[in-house]
Amino acid sequence: MAESMVEGKQSLVDTVLSKAQDQQLKTTNVENEELIELDEGNLLAVNENKTDTKDFKKKKETILLSLTRDATQALFNSLWKLPVEQKDGAYLITLPESKTWMPREKPVPKKKAPTKWEEYAKTKGILNKKKSRMVWDEPSQQYKPRWGYQRANDDTKDWVIEVPDNADPYEDQFEKRKTAKKERVAKNELQRLRNVARSQKKKVPGIGLAPTEKPSKDHLSKALAVAHKSTASIGKFTDRLPKEKPSKFTGKKRKFEPSIGNLGSEKEKQLKVLDSVSKKIPTINVTKAANRMLRQDEEKRAQDKQSRKTPKKVKGRKASLGLGKPGRQGGGNKKTRGKRKR
Amino acid sequence: MQRIVKPKTQRGRRALDKKDPKIFENSKNALMFKGGNTSQTVTQVLKDWHTLKKPNATLFSKKNATKPFEDQSSVEFFASKSDSSLFMFGSHSKKRPHNIVIGRLFDGQVLDMVEFGVTNFTSLQDFKTLKSATGIKPCLAVSGDFFEESDDNRRIKNLLIDFFRGPTVEKISLSGLEHVISITGANGKIYLRSYRILMKKSGSKVPRVELEAMGPAADLVLRRTRLASDDLFKRALKKPVTAKPKKKKNISRDDLGNKLGRIHMNTQAFDKLQVRKVKGLKRKKAEKEVNGTDDEAKKQKKEESTDA
Repeated sequence: MAESMVEGKQSLVDTVLSKAQDQQLKTTNVENEELIELDEGNLLAVNENKTDTKDFKKKKETILLSLTRDATQALFNSLWKLPVEQKDGAYLITLPESKTWMPREKPVPKKKAPTKWEEYAKTKGILNKKKSRMVWDEPSQQYKPRWGYQRANDDTKDWVIEVPDNADPYEDQFEKRKTAKKERVAKNELQRLRNVARSQKKKVPGIGLAPTEKPSKDHLSKALAVAHKSTASIGKFTDRLPKEKPSKFTGKKRKFEPSIGNLGSEKEKQLKVLDSVSKKIPTINVTKAANRMLRQDEEKRAQDKQSRKTPKKVKGRKASLGLGKPGRQGGGNKKTRGKRKR
Repeated sequence: MQRIVKPKTQRGRRALDKKDPKIFENSKNALMFKGGNTSQTVTQVLKDWHTLKKPNATLFSKKNATKPFEDQSSVEFFASKSDSSLFMFGSHSKKRPHNIVIGRLFDGQVLDMVEFGVTNFTSLQDFKTLKSATGIKPCLAVSGDFFEESDDNRRIKNLLIDFFRGPTVEKISLSGLEHVISITGANGKIYLRSYRILMKKSGSKVPRVELEAMGPAADLVLRRTRLASDDLFKRALKKPVTAKPKKKKNISRDDLGNKLGRIHMNTQAFDKLQVRKVKGLKRKKAEKEVNGTDDEAKKQKKEESTDA
C-alpha cells in the first residue's frame, strides 16, 4: 500500500514537473525557415511568400504579428550563431557586412592632387621625417610645442632684441619681426590657394606684380610697363626716355564686338531689352510669396495666443529693473531667444 | 579635403569634416518636414518617426510651401543644410489626402522619391505599452510578394529598408535587440508595424521571440513614384576600392590545422656571422701557410691572446 502511494505521488510529481517544463520552454523553431532570406548586417529578414488574401482580410493584425514573429525568430537563430565577445558585462556580436546593396549618401572621395612641394619631394626622394611635438625651450626651462600656441623659441615674444650693427637705429625691431611673421603667413596662404586652384584646374587671375624687397630686372621692366600704361590720360602717354625701348609686356588683349555687321544679333539684343522693359507683369517668386504668407499667418496666431494670456506678475530683481511681460512683444522661437530686438 | 576658406577653429573644422564624403560613411540622417497644408494624421506620422529615428533625424516644425514632385531644389537645400540624405515630407490636400513622400538623396540630389497615402494610422501614444529604448538599431522584417512584382517595387523595398534601418554599427549587444519594424506588402497595400521584442526562455541558447505591438502602425497606399535611372543608381552604389577587406598574405594553415607564416629575409653572409668560437674548429698552422699573410697575422694575434 505504501509502495503504491509512493508510486502515485511520483507520477503526480512527474506530471506536474513536465507541465511546468512545457510552459517554460517554448520552441525556437520556425516553419519554412529556409524560405526566409537573412541579411544579418542590416538585421533584415525577408519573407517573399504570398499571404492568403481571404484570411488576411479577417485577421490582419494576427497574421502580421505571426509573420513578423517568424521572421524575427529566424533572424535571431542566425544571429546567435555569430561570434560573441563580452565587454563590460554585455554580450556583443560582430555583424557581418550587409548583403543588400545600398546606395551611398555621398560619392567616393577623390584623391587629392599632389601639391607643388609634394611633386618636388617625390622627384628628389625627400621623405617626411616625423618630428616630435614638444621641444625643449631653454629660456623657460620646460618642454613647449614646436609650433602653435605658446611655442618654444618664439622670436616675436622676445622682450629684448639686440639692434644689429648695420641696421637703422630708429627702426622698430619688434615691429620688424611681427611684420616678417605676417609676411610668412600671407605667403603660406597664397601658396595654399595656388595649390587648391591647380588641383581644381581653375583659371586664377594672375597676381600681377607682388611687392618685393629686392625686385629682379624682369620685375622692374614689368613694373615700368604697367606704370607707363596706367599713368596715361585720354590717350596721352608719358614720353619715353631717348634710349628706352618699347616694352615686351603688352598685357592682355581685350575683345570688343564689332560696331558694324551682324545686324541679326544686334536686333535680338535690342528686342530683349525692350521686352523686359515693356512687361507690365512684375516677376513674382510664387513659392517665396506663399512661404511669406504662411509665416505671417503663424506669427499672427502666435501673437494672438500671447495676448490672450494674462500677463505674469513680475517679482524681485526683474521688477526693480522694470522688466515685465507686457512690455515684450510676443512671438518667437529658438532663433530669436536671447537676441536683442532691434 | 582642399577648402578655399580654412576653418578658423578646431570645432569648425571638425563640423566640416563630418559632412565630407568619406570612404566609410556616417549613418544616414533623416529630415522630416511639412508642406503648405498638413493634417493631424500627417504631422503625427512625422513626429512619431522623428522620435523613433532620434538622434539621426531632424524635424522641421514650420510649414514650407513646396511640392517635392514638382521642384526638388527646396528639398535638396534643406537636406544639405541639415546634412541629411533621407527625407520624409508630409502634406494634405483634397486630391492627395494624408500624403507622405519618403525619399533619399545622393550627392545632394534627389535619388528616389515615393509617395504614399496614409490610411488607418495609430500613433505611438495610442499604444499604451512600454516602448523600446531610443537610438537602437531595429530589426527589419519584410514580408509579402508585393515587393517582387516589378523592378520598381524592388526599388521601393530598397528605399524602405534604407529609411527604416537604423545607424550602421559593426557590433551590437544581444540584449539591445528590442525593436522590430515589419513592412508587409500585400493586397496592393504596404502595412507598416512596429513591435517590441520580448525574449522568453527556450530550450536552447537562442531565446524564444515574443512580440508586443508598440510603435506607430500605418497602412500605406502607393501613389506616385520618382525613381532614379539605372545608371544613376549604379553610380550611387559604387563602392570604393579601399573599402574591400584586405587579404592577409603569407599566412596559411597546414592540413593538421597549424597556422604557418612565411618570413622573407634579406640575404645574409653566412661566413661573416658572429658565432661562438669553438677551439676545435680553428684552422691549424699548416693550413695557415697555404692561405695568406694577412690571415696569418690576424690568426697569430688571436692565438696569442687566447694562449695568454
